[in-house]
Formats: sequence, C-alpha cells, structure tokens
Amino acid sequence: MPEDTPIIEIRNLDKFFGAFQALTDVSLTVHIGEKVVICGPSGSGKSTLIRCVNRLEEHSGGHLIVDGIELNDHTRNIRAVRMEVGMVFQQFNLFPHLTVLENLTVGPIRVRKIPKAEAISRARKYLDRVHIPEQADKYPAQLSGGQQQRVAIARSLCMEPRIMLFDEPTSALDPEMINEVLDVMTELAESGMTMICVTHEMGFANKVADKMVFMEDGKIVEIAPPSIFFTKPKNPRCQAFLDQILEH
Amino acid sequence: MSRHTTTDRPASQPGSTEQMVRQARKLLKSTPMAVLIYLGIMYLILYGCLAGAEAMGYNWQWYRMPDYLFRITDDGFQWGEISIGLVKTIQLSTLSFVLALVIGLIVALLRLSGLVVGTAVAIVFLEFVRNMPLLVLLYIFYYIIGAIFDLDRYSASILCLAVFHAALVSEILRAAINAISVGQWEAARSIGMSTLQCYRYIILPQSIKFMLPPMTGEVVHMVKSSAIVSVIAVAELTTIGRNLISDTYMSFEIWFTIAAVYMVVTLMLSVFVTFMERRYAVTT
Ligand SMILES: Nc1ncnc2c1ncn2[C@@H]1O[C@H](COP(=O)(O)OP(=O)(O)O)[C@@H](O)[C@H]1O
Ligand SMILES: [Mg+2]
Repeated sequence: MPEDTPIIEIRNLDKFFGAFQALTDVSLTVHIGEKVVICGPSGSGKSTLIRCVNRLEEHSGGHLIVDGIELNDHTRNIRAVRMEVGMVFQQFNLFPHLTVLENLTVGPIRVRKIPKAEAISRARKYLDRVHIPEQADKYPAQLSGGQQQRVAIARSLCMEPRIMLFDEPTSALDPEMINEVLDVMTELAESGMTMICVTHEMGFANKVADKMVFMEDGKIVEIAPPSIFFTKPKNPRCQAFLDQILEH
Repeated sequence: MSRHTTTDRPASQPGSTEQMVRQARKLLKSTPMAVLIYLGIMYLILYGCLAGAEAMGYNWQWYRMPDYLFRITDDGFQWGEISIGLVKTIQLSTLSFVLALVIGLIVALLRLSGLVVGTAVAIVFLEFVRNMPLLVLLYIFYYIIGAIFDLDRYSASILCLAVFHAALVSEILRAAINAISVGQWEAARSIGMSTLQCYRYIILPQSIKFMLPPMTGEVVHMVKSSAIVSVIAVAELTTIGRNLISDTYMSFEIWFTIAAVYMVVTLMLSVFVTFMERRYAVTT
C-alpha cells in the first residue's frame, strides 16, 4: 500500500506554448509508492504534464513540488530533481554511439560521480532486472524495439531514482514486443517504485494503477481508483473514450 | 529514376535505339571511361602549355628542380627550399586550424546558447568575417591589430587565418550539432546532465560523423588560403616559390611544382578523411 507522504504535488498548473494553453489549472498529488496512470485523447496534454514534472517543459503558472523541491528557475534544483526522476520515452532515445553498458553507466559516472567499477556492477544488476543481461556489449541499433525500451528503463533505474515517468512507452513497439516491456514495468511497480505512466494499455493500468487520471483539452476531467474508473466513471467523455479504446 | 517506371519499360527491347542510348550513357559513366576522358583533357592542357612555352621560346630547366626538393651533397642529405616551404605551410595551417576549431566551437555554442547576447555576438562576428575579403582581413590583422598589439607577421597570419576559418568552421559545427535529434538532449537532460555534459558525452560525439566531410573541405581550404600570407612575406610554400623565381627565373617549373605539392597534400587529406569516415561509421 502506498504511504501517505506526497512526493509530487502539482497545484493549479498552467502551461502555455505561445498563445496556446496546453494545460489549464491541473492539480494532482502523487504519494510515495503510488502508481498513477494517465490516459486521454491525443493532444490532451498528457506528455506536457509529465514533462513538466522533470522540467523538460517549464510550467507557466501554478506550483510543482517534487520530492520536497519546488521547481523554479534555479538550475541546481532542476538537476537535483532530474536525478530523482527517471523518464522513459516513446521513442526510447538511447544514445546510439554508446554500447548498452555505456548507456547505463554514463549517468551514474558523469552525473552521480560514482566509481566506474561500481557503475558497471550496478548496470549489470539492472540489465538483469529487465531480463537482457546478455546484450551489454551491443549497440542500441542491434537490438529489437522491445529490448531497446527495456534498456531505456534500465538506464533510468541506474540513476536510482525515486520516481519513474513513462510517456507511452509501448506506443512505438510492434505488438509482439509490448508485453515484455509491460512485464518489466509491472515488476517495477511491484517493487514499490512511485510511477506515473501515460499509456493506453488498459490491462496493465487495471493491474497496477492506484489512481487513474483522464485528461482532455489540457484539463484533468476524472481522477478515480481503477475499480471505479473502469466501471462507472462520472464523466461521460471519459466513458466514451474508454468504450472506444476497449473495443480494440 | 522514377520516370523509368513500368509504363515505358515495354518500349525498350534489346537493340532498340533507347536501349543503345542507355548503354552509351552507362559506358560514359563507367570508371575506365572517366579515366580516359580525364587523361585526354590533361593531355590537351599540357600540350597547350608546352606548345605555348615553345612558341615564346621558354628555356625549360626541369633538371634543376629536384635540388629544390632535396639534395645529397658531401655533407649528406639536405631538404630543399620547396620541402622546407611545405613544412612551414603545414605548420601554419595546422596551428591556424586548431585555433579556428577553438574559436569556431565557441562561436557555434554562443549561437546555440539561446542567450540574446551570445547570439548577437556570434552573428556580428560571422557577418564581419564573411563579408570581408581574406586579403583585406590579413591587412587588418597585420597593419592594424598587429601594430596595436605588437604582433610579428607570423602570429598575425595565424590569427587572421584562424578567424577567417572559424566563421566557416562554426557553421559546420552548428549544422552538425543541429543534426542530432532533440530526443537525445531530452534523454541526457532527464538523467541530470548539465548542458556542458550533454554536449561533451552525448551530442558532440554523435555530431562528428556529420562534421567530418565538410571539415575536410575546410582543412583543404585552409591549406590553400594559407598561401595568401605570402603577401606579407611570411615564409611558407608560396613565398618560397616567389623567392626562388626571382633568383632563378624558372617560373614555369617552379609554379608547376608548387601547384603539384599543394595538390598532393590536399588529396592526401581527402584520402585520410575518407578512411576516418569509414571508421566512425562502423562504431556508431
Ligand atoms: N513544443 C510545443 N510547442 C507548441 N505546442 C505544443 C508543444 N508541445 C505540445 N504542444 C501542443 O500541446 C498540446 C498537448 O500536447 P501533448 O502534451 O503532447 O499531448 P498528448 O501527449 O496528450 O498527446 C497539443 O495540442 C500539442 O500540439
Ligand atoms: Mg504524448
């Protein structure tokens, strides 16, 4: 069960791209160990919201407190937060010029400044966790999509973050590779990691989520535990979206 | 290519005119044919020169040329003037190019920094250098900046060449850096890297393969444009050529030789970089 200590507090968040408002008055609290799954139609602001959490986007208004640190213009804060927040992208974004092992050690060595030998043994540990210990010396281009995404998850884990963000981690994968990634994510959830996942994999969501969030037009229109969210959501738009997705 | 699709294929039976035209084209594009054409053109040019020289009664003294490359005397082996000039040219170009890389990288990073002041400084620099003939820039460095800061002609030359090429180098670097996808930045940032760390460990190593081809062009360009410092009498290949001619009056032999030496150097550079490109292509 999640503890009751908030680790991410999003209060009245606004985000503008020029004149376009991508997020409007978004509030959400995530507690330690909690798993939040965000869904909603394309363009509803899901990516923008989680990218604000590690400040790949700067929010325009409201407050955002991550692990006790308020995100603002002080670079030191931002880097401190990013070390605690891992992020997995739809397009993997592995470093193509580095081997799998180097992808995993470059952060710990250069950013965390831990000794190389320790970084390597840590990297091997997390490669085991994502079930590809044998791929350590390959380059990303030599791996399948599912393997690349698992390497990307391991790369984040090597920084030993307290929070993991996933932005549609299985959307770019061939269908037969989706489960190997979801399995790794499920195991991670069971280990007690705090997670925010943007995904339309509703089976996974139903299994691991403590809290479901539905977004539309830059607003959160529904927050509910999965038992309620999947059976009787209050918002009719949310119901329509679920009907549409569960058809497939 | 796309025009030769299935629709016009039935028309081209073996032996048809179209087929013959196509074969003729293919033959013209083949390597042996290219070499033949090249040799033919070179023959015409050389023949023209020699016939012209003949007509003006030029006295060829090619037999004296090897001495200016190297001599073996009673004291043993000695490099000739042209070889010494080549070494000077290589030194001058190397120093200038290293400095150009440093200045070019700074200008490129300023331009990419997103800071208003940084971008402004970079753009003023680029526009100043790009709109200035190299010869005028050299005079500015030698007669003005050199006079103010008490620079000798060699340092003024290096600075001038470095600044001139830094503008071009910075554009090459900028294009190569921009060729890396924004996802690489985001991944590097999301594991906590600073901007400097992103460049050093993630972005620049990947940019190298985009830089190599245009950078070779720049090195070749540098070797060639270094000849201009002969106008302020800095000792290098071209200056030495001029001096030799005023001593010996063998202008045809010496300019031909100097041209050949420049070509050998720049061709070798191209071969070297092709090799480097292959190596980098494998590891990335
Ligand atoms: N960098 C940007 N510049 C301008 N508009 C953007 C930018 N990023 C996202 N948007 C816009 O913000 C809205 C929300 O985008 P996003 O958060 O990516 O949606 P989602 O992830 O839910 O599909 C979209 O309308 C998108 O076009
Ligand atoms: Mg998105």
